[in-house]
Order: sequence, then C-alpha cells, then structure tokens
Amino acid sequence: MYWDREHETMSREQLRALQLERLQLTIERVYRNVPFYRQRFTEMGIKPSSVRSLEDLRRLPFTTKQDLRDNYPFGLFAVPMSDVVRVHASSGTTGKPTVVGYTRNDIYTWAELIARSLVCAGATKFDVVQNAYGYGLFTGGLGLHFGAERLGATVVPVSGGNTQRQLMLMQDFGTTILTCTPSYALYMAEEGQKMGLDFKKLPLKAGIFGAEPWSERMRRQLEEKLDLMALDIYGLSEIMGPGVAMECAEKQGMHIWEDHFIPEIIDPATGEVLPPGEEGELVITTITKEAFPLIRYRTRDITRLDPEPCACGRTHMRIKRITGRSDDMLIIRGVNVFPSQVESVLLEFGETEPHYLLVVDRKANLDNLEIWVEVAEHMFSDTVRKLEDLEHRLRERIESVLGISARVKLVEPNTIPRSEGKAKRVVDRRQI
Amino acid sequence: MKVKQISIFLENKSGRLAQVTRVLGDNGINIRALAIADTTDFGILRLIVNDPDRAYRVLKEAGFTVSATDVIAVEVVDEPGGLAGVLAVLQEASLNIEYLYAFLQKASRAALVVFRVEQLDEAIAALQAKGIRILSGEEVYAL
Repeated sequence: MYWDREHETMSREQLRALQLERLQLTIERVYRNVPFYRQRFTEMGIKPSSVRSLEDLRRLPFTTKQDLRDNYPFGLFAVPMSDVVRVHASSGTTGKPTVVGYTRNDIYTWAELIARSLVCAGATKFDVVQNAYGYGLFTGGLGLHFGAERLGATVVPVSGGNTQRQLMLMQDFGTTILTCTPSYALYMAEEGQKMGLDFKKLPLKAGIFGAEPWSERMRRQLEEKLDLMALDIYGLSEIMGPGVAMECAEKQGMHIWEDHFIPEIIDPATGEVLPPGEEGELVITTITKEAFPLIRYRTRDITRLDPEPCACGRTHMRIKRITGRSDDMLIIRGVNVFPSQVESVLLEFGETEPHYLLVVDRKANLDNLEIWVEVAEHMFSDTVRKLEDLEHRLRERIESVLGISARVKLVEPNTIPRSEGKAKRVVDRRQI
Repeated sequence: MKVKQISIFLENKSGRLAQVTRVLGDNGINIRALAIADTTDFGILRLIVNDPDRAYRVLKEAGFTVSATDVIAVEVVDEPGGLAGVLAVLQEASLNIEYLYAFLQKASRAALVVFRVEQLDEAIAALQAKGIRILSGEEVYAL
C-alpha cells in the first residue's frame, strides 16, 4: 500500500533524473535569491551551470547550523516574506533558536510526505491518529497533523503531556495510530498498565515514534506493551520537520524521500563523501523546498545509507537508526539541547568561565535533566535565601532558553571533572 | 564592634565538614562558634574563628568557596527572657534579623549570640542605646 505509488516506487534511473532536474533548479534559485549562497558559490568559483550531474553535488559547500545562526532569523529564506505562510523554530546552539520557513507549497509537500509516512505504517482515512507530539514552534505536532489530515484520517490534536487525558482519549476515541516520542509512548504504556488498562483490547495498530534516538530493545517493549507495530520516523526542522524519512513495515531502516531530499554520508572530520553502506554523518540537500532550501546541510546525525532494494517495493534508499551525533547536542524529551545554551545563560549571570555539567537520566521512561553549576565566589552569598533565589533564577532562565524543565544544582568548586583542562559538559546515563 | 565571620559553601555530601575543620586544624586555627544553614542540596557553614583573615585564605587555597561577612556578637544575660530583651530592641528599631546563632562558651554568667542583620550600624546603635554590650572583633577572636 502506497500513498504516492508513482514517486515512491519509481526506478532508480528515473529518480536520479528527477533529482538532478530538481537539484539544478534549487541551485539556480538559491544562487539568485539567497545572498549567502551566491557569495559562497562565487568564492568557490561555482556557477549554477557548473552542476551538470548528481556527482557535482559533492563540489558544493556545506551549510551548517552556524550559518543558520549567522543569518538569524530569516536571512537564508529564498522567497519574500509575503510568500512565507509559516515559521517553526528549534534549538540553536546559544540563546537564539534556529528559524525555518515554509511557503504554501512547502506545507503541501510536507503534508504529502507525512501522508506517505503514515501509509508506511498502514494508515488509511479510516484511522484515528492521536498526535501527542508537541504543537507550537516545534515541527512535530503541526507536521504530523497536516499530513494526517491530508491522508483523510481523523486527527486528535492532543499535543504532548497530560497522560491521564491521553489514555482516556485513546480508549474513548478508539485511537488506532499513536504519534509521539518513543520514551513518552513507553511512559504512557506503563501509566496505562498501572490503571489496569489492557492495551490488547484497544484498537491501536501502529505507533510512529520519533524526535529522539531509540533502539530495537525499545521497539520490542513498545510493541509488547502497547500491542502495536512501532515504527521509526526521522526528520529535523532545518530540512522540513518529521517525515524526511520513514520506516516501512519491513522495519529495516527509514526510507528517505529522495524525490525531495538528496542524502549523502560524509566523514565528519574531513567532509569527504563515504561509499554507500559506511557509517558517517548524514548530509541532506533539499531539492523542492521554496522558502528555506538548504544545500548540503550537515545534520550532525550519525547513520548509514542502505541502497539495497526493500521488500516493500519502495525504491528510496533507507537510513539506519541514528547511532549518535558528530556534535555535543542532546535530545531530551524530544527537544534538542546544546550544552552551549546553558553556557550562554551562565555568561548572562556574570560567570566569566562557567563550570557546569548536564546530567541526563531516564527514570520511568521520562528524561530528567539536572544542571550542576559550580558556585564561584562572586555568586556565593552567605544567606540560604539568596542562594536559593540564584538557583531559582538560573532554573527559570535555563528553562526558557532550552524549552524544557531542568533542575539546577549548585555544587562546590572543582566538583565537575576536567580532563586536560577542558571540562566535560555532559553525563548521559540513559539506557535506550 | 563588628566581628568577621567566615562562610563556606558546602554540598550536602559526606566528609565536607570534616575537610573544612581539618584544613583549619592543620593551620592552627581555632573555631569559636559555628552554625550550619542547609537545604536539601547544599549548606552554608558559618564560622567565627580566632584568625578570620588567615582562615579565609587557607580555605580558599584548599578550593572552597568562601566569603567573609560582618556580624555582631551580643552579650545576652543568661537568664529567662535574656534573648527576648535583645530581640525586642531590634524589633522596635524595625531591623530584620537574617540569622543568629549562639556561641560555644566556657562557663560564664553571660551568653553570647551572633546576629546577622542587613543594617549592622543601625543595629549596633540601637542595642548600645539600650545598654546592651556588644563585643569587638578582637575580644571575640581572643575568647
């Protein structure tokens, strides 16, 4: 069962021809409309006409998150703001978020790709999709929402949190497809069990779980506890949001929708393109996006590309589960967190050389973030009230910058391990 | 009339207090009074010692977060209502007490109480006006 049989199953030759045509149009467009790209290309002696084959892609410069930051908020948009119908944002490396924009066509394409992804999980217009991804600046909620509507399914836009209500709606509305982070799905499963809920008696058939890394071990747990088929979905706001790649029922990796995105795997240290099948950093070029096209965007996600044909009949290559990052980004409760964001807050508080540590743990399937901050002399006050007030203000500011709650713990100097003079910034104790 | 108090930030974990007292002992510094204010995560150890400047230095060198704060040491008559009389004076003058603690003292007829208030000079004036004795730093360090 496919949503868009023509595109999902087109031959590799046709797909490559389509990719080249769309790539050339994209290069032409960014050269014309985005000063950043025109300048980069000019510096490297590249003209749109120099891209004659897909192999020429590797001669183009990379785009990084830093480039997005340098052009905050709308500097990389390739259309006038009058054509931008929506923006989303995700975590930047410091206080400012990474902003992305969509034209009406971009929203349509996104909905199409989500519809494809839902159909990968066996969804039809008869399904009830309980969408427990967060709605708002985060792409998860609205992304899934529009795609499920496009498919014609019944969407329950419940957003994240409020587990009791989630479980009530799941029973009362007869949810058949659940979309959320895998850790939250496990949390719901366990809360449901505590309430005596028998998931085998519910009509749940599939779960589309993403926005954070997970494992085959979690898949087994999810499938057993919730009595559904658990599938992985991949995306990042910079490229579009969820639905860049989606697992099919074969569960052998996520088909990356190659008629819209060109994936490459590079060695993160050298930037060299690696042969198919080798593990490295995923780099994506968007070839249909209008508002916010990106050339060779470094996702920092570590994975492999599997070019082997899939039993499902889809011809698009698959990316394997994300095994790590080539930077220090953490994903906590589905939210991207950079240690440098915490550092920027501490600098605001007058710390000249902040010593801090992010300690992440998963208890009862919920991620907990604790931030240890060494108390320097100038922060130290003789009264408990003032120190507690400092803790409180730090917590509020960090929460507002990170977008998730965190516990701030003041610790003594030299508590945080330093290796070769460079402090360790993260302790991740989660078992996924 | 002010006494220098040394405050040390301590995490709530075993051995930290022992470490502070060891550093002071090794440097021949004698503790005259101490108090701990604590929360679930951390504590503030407040000390009156015989040589506050050196205590500050050696603790800082040992890697502790240390600060020096001015407090006042008040002699309180060692009988029922003694402390109440002192507190009434401060209350009348609308002076808020941030914290107070009692002194470790050898047998004597008077008790000593350490006060930390925001407006130290006003507190000293108000207490002295009522004839309450306030000890000088030198007197306290030499106790």
